[in-house]
Amino acid sequence: MAERERGLYIPAPRARPGQAPDFSDMVIPSAGAVRRPPADSAESELRHLPYTLIRVLDDDGCAKGEWAPESDVDMLRQGLRAMMKTRIIDDRMFRAHRQAKTTFYAKSTGEEAIGAAQALALDHKVMFFSSYRTLSWLMLREYPLIDLFNQIFGNARDPLQGRQLSILYSARDYGFYALSGNLGSRFGHAVGWAMAAAYRKSDAIALAHVGDGTSAEGSFHEAMTFASVYKAPAILCIVNNQWAISSFAGIAGAREVTFAAKALAYGVPGLRVDGNDFLAVMAATRWAVERIRAGLGATLIEFVTYRAAGHSTSDDPSKYRPAEEAAHWPLGDPIHRLKQHLIAIGEWSDSRHVQAETELIEQVRSAQKEAEAIGTFGKSKPPVREMFEGVFKDPDWRVLEQRRELGI
Amino acid sequence: MPVMTMAHALNDALDVKLGQDPDTLIFGQDVGYFGGVFRVTEGLQKKYGLERCFDTPIAEGGIIAAAIGMGVFGLRPVPEIQFVDYLWPGFDQIVSEASRLRYRSNSQFWAPITIRAPYGGGIFGGMTHSQSPEAILAHVTGIKTVIPSNPYDAKGLLLASIEDDDPVIFLEPKRLYNGPFDGRIDRPVRNWAEEPTADVPGGHYTVPLGKAAIVREGGDITVLAYGTMVHVARAGIEDSGYDAELIDLRSIVPLDVDTIVASVEKTGHCVIVHEASRFGGFGAELSALIQERCFVHLEAPIERVAGYDTPYPHTFEWDYFPGPARVSAALRRVLEF
Repeated sequence: MAERERGLYIPAPRARPGQAPDFSDMVIPSAGAVRRPPADSAESELRHLPYTLIRVLDDDGCAKGEWAPESDVDMLRQGLRAMMKTRIIDDRMFRAHRQAKTTFYAKSTGEEAIGAAQALALDHKVMFFSSYRTLSWLMLREYPLIDLFNQIFGNARDPLQGRQLSILYSARDYGFYALSGNLGSRFGHAVGWAMAAAYRKSDAIALAHVGDGTSAEGSFHEAMTFASVYKAPAILCIVNNQWAISSFAGIAGAREVTFAAKALAYGVPGLRVDGNDFLAVMAATRWAVERIRAGLGATLIEFVTYRAAGHSTSDDPSKYRPAEEAAHWPLGDPIHRLKQHLIAIGEWSDSRHVQAETELIEQVRSAQKEAEAIGTFGKSKPPVREMFEGVFKDPDWRVLEQRRELGI
Repeated sequence: MPVMTMAHALNDALDVKLGQDPDTLIFGQDVGYFGGVFRVTEGLQKKYGLERCFDTPIAEGGIIAAAIGMGVFGLRPVPEIQFVDYLWPGFDQIVSEASRLRYRSNSQFWAPITIRAPYGGGIFGGMTHSQSPEAILAHVTGIKTVIPSNPYDAKGLLLASIEDDDPVIFLEPKRLYNGPFDGRIDRPVRNWAEEPTADVPGGHYTVPLGKAAIVREGGDITVLAYGTMVHVARAGIEDSGYDAELIDLRSIVPLDVDTIVASVEKTGHCVIVHEASRFGGFGAELSALIQERCFVHLEAPIERVAGYDTPYPHTFEWDYFPGPARVSAALRRVLEF
């Protein structure tokens, strides 16, 4: 045996700024290559799935193999529009931040398929314990743009009354659990919510996301144990977008195993899915639903994707990864891939795409204008007494006194 | 002497320590190649190598546990928690482990770790990037809590903390990293170069833990503050026109109770200023200590100027933040009692 080099091992990514992007270590099976096992298979029959990659759309936009979902084209067009709308909003709100209209923004660029396809795949008896790059879920569920912008601008009509950060949404009526800025803390809530649904003999399902980086948190592993022990009706997802701010996925352990493989130790199926493939995301999510309906509990899904933009408006990714890395991402762009598919099956065209884009821009622009008329950050805000509301259901003497101190 | 921002001064302290002591290691989320989200560890990985300053998984419990283990082995780890608001997954490691290791092993084992974490508001960070949990930390026996208010102290206190053989939580007022901030939000952003405390010597020096600084001598009233609030309190004092004595505690554990007592015995009045919410805040401890030790000298009730008892609100940052107007109003109430 060769003598190993002594010293503390610290993993480093394959490419840093100034170097050529390098995804040569990614093994990418062709679309349709992975077989779809029955959703009620024994877990022991599924242990190869974390080490492959479920893909449906090939390079020409054709749906291939057993995972190709049955889906009506209206749904797919709805999904495409939700993704396009998300990207339009992201670009406009990023600019709005530069114009000091909001304090903070984070884009979903490159990851739009996941939220939108899951929102389509799941019926309305679902609660989504999301992370913060799933605006496409809210767009697919038609969350009102005016509410969205009012929160982003923190104005007098902010649906969360100015208390929460611009993009940390909460939309109970849209199956969207309250976001928070800390990481992973809500993965276990999804499992508890799912356990409660089981207890009540409800059909409701919990959906949860964490990022690749956050899978290192104890809360992820605790939730996995609970999900496994109680066969909770939950779909638990790791959105592996390769980067946790400046840390590459290897810092979260991706060098040795896939994120999906974390499922193995908990006795839960682990699917590894092309997250930029709208059809694969839908198919995997539906498989997990079928498994829940068969009484077999939770599935862990790793969505392999790429955070094409910076972490947020506070970040500059050119400081730590090659500037052209996103362009070299081998799984492509989710919007382009679904568009290409719809065109390939004769249900969409470049001109319809341009027309849809124009309509969506107009929709977004008009809602933004309406919200800006109420006010942007610092120009308008909810009444200050709202700062004291909602600490408890009924305020105690402390906040009452303090509110009086401010004369409100 | 070079003029440094607080971020530069902290970076310089880490640089000095890494250069002098091969047992000092820095790690945390984004601290390595990127240099930290507030740039405090910028350039250190390049200068000292991957294994001296490295990125960690997003697992605060793991970060602090690993730091304790390294400290037990004999290293001097300086982990960073990216925002103190993210400390809580590591809280068990602080409360049950780092703080009691020396006590429960009769000094066979100890944890000479310094956990750096940005704290406090002023950057519209909302409820998960703005908190001031110093009172929660101060309540845990066996850990020290240090909070600098200027570049000179930041460097000296950080070096003293790293060299301390007990666990230290080093809270960095994030609003002060790049310039002093006195809460006057209608005035232009200020530069550290305007402050004498930005003259930071190169090389090694320490500012001892447990020694408060008298920022401004005065005879009318004692004002106690730390971190960002030292600057806010100074502005409030200026606006009020009173001859107040401003004390920067610099560390709340260990606490320089002698300096506090001597000042309150002299002035007979006291106002305590902190950004953290009021109820059960560190002001309550200070107030109790002064009442116990200076009762016969007090001529008026002690007042606390603090954040309201709500989570840190995003849009209402400046309604929540205890600015200079609230300080000067408190000074007036106490002195006109």
